[in-house]
Amino acid sequence: MSFRQEHELHKRRFGRNLGLGVILAGLVALVFGLTVVKVSNDDFSVETQASGGQN
Amino acid sequence: MTDASLNTASTQTGEAGFGDYFALLKPRVMTLVVFTALVGLLAAPVSVHPVVGFAAILFIAVGGGASGALNMWWDADIDAVMKRTARRPIPSGKVTGDEAFAIGMTLSAFAVVFLALATNWVAAGLLAFTIFFYVVIYSMWLKRWTPQNIVIGGAAGAFPPMIGWAAATGTVSIESVLMFALIFMWTPPHFWALALFMRSDYDEAGVPMLTVTHGRRATRVHILVYTILLAALAIGTGFTAVGGPIYLAVAVVLNVMFLIGAVRIWRRDEVMSEADNYAVEKKVFRLSLYYLFAHFGAIALEAGLAPFGFGGW
Repeated sequence: MSFRQEHELHKRRFGRNLGLGVILAGLVALVFGLTVVKVSNDDFSVETQASGGQN
Repeated sequence: MTDASLNTASTQTGEAGFGDYFALLKPRVMTLVVFTALVGLLAAPVSVHPVVGFAAILFIAVGGGASGALNMWWDADIDAVMKRTARRPIPSGKVTGDEAFAIGMTLSAFAVVFLALATNWVAAGLLAFTIFFYVVIYSMWLKRWTPQNIVIGGAAGAFPPMIGWAAATGTVSIESVLMFALIFMWTPPHFWALALFMRSDYDEAGVPMLTVTHGRRATRVHILVYTILLAALAIGTGFTAVGGPIYLAVAVVLNVMFLIGAVRIWRRDEVMSEADNYAVEKKVFRLSLYYLFAHFGAIALEAGLAPFGFGGW
């Protein structure tokens, strides 16, 4: 027998924490994806080539 | 026992579940925001990377949801009185007003900054203005002050396609203004049809809806006038860059149907409406939902077919 009885309240709290966790994980994945897209787009590479040419 | 006394009695705050916080973001309204913003993004003549496009729509949706949470925070008192809104998270006691305010403000700032980082500051500025317009101009000011609340407040719901367009192009142009105008002109007949058959709700809440301030006859006339103006605008849009043969066909059919419905509403009086439990008003309200989705669906279809040599003029 466990010390603390599982209450409906704990289930709701767990659901809330799980939901927030999933959202934060999704946000991390989205920011990572955006970073990859932004870094690998044409504007970014043109700028790098231009500065490379001056050196 | 009235709804008001029921809700005043249930102001206790329990531990809200995840779904209660999500409900603060008005998910049903969000579907319209997501859909119209997506159409604005797709109809733009600039291609956007799918990841950037997805992020843009997500942040526009979050911004829209945040304004919904702030609206619920401000309108908790009248939401408790109206049957349609009494089960919302704040009047039902699941979420406190302070929590809704904090979530609304945080998500607003988050959505605007992230939309700027993902796309551009024009789109982010439009999103910030939309949130400000919906919360301050509409909810705090117009809604309880003028019977034209729906007309001017409808602008807030009309911005998403413009934001989607700006996210792709970085500008505001005539095409995005036309998409804005389409929703702007659609909102009054849509909401006034609802106000006609949800008759006691707005009366009890003291919201100066046209049905309360100018009477139901005037509301029926207003629905007809706005529907005529909407039909001219919607069909006229068919001849612009975002239109095309598919859009035009959809617009002609749906506007004729909407006009017939508006004329039927105009010709009826309260005795006739009560006799069939507002059947025509309810039918026109349902039609108005399909109307908007079909118009924007047709714009998206025109844009989607353009690369294959179809779609557009």
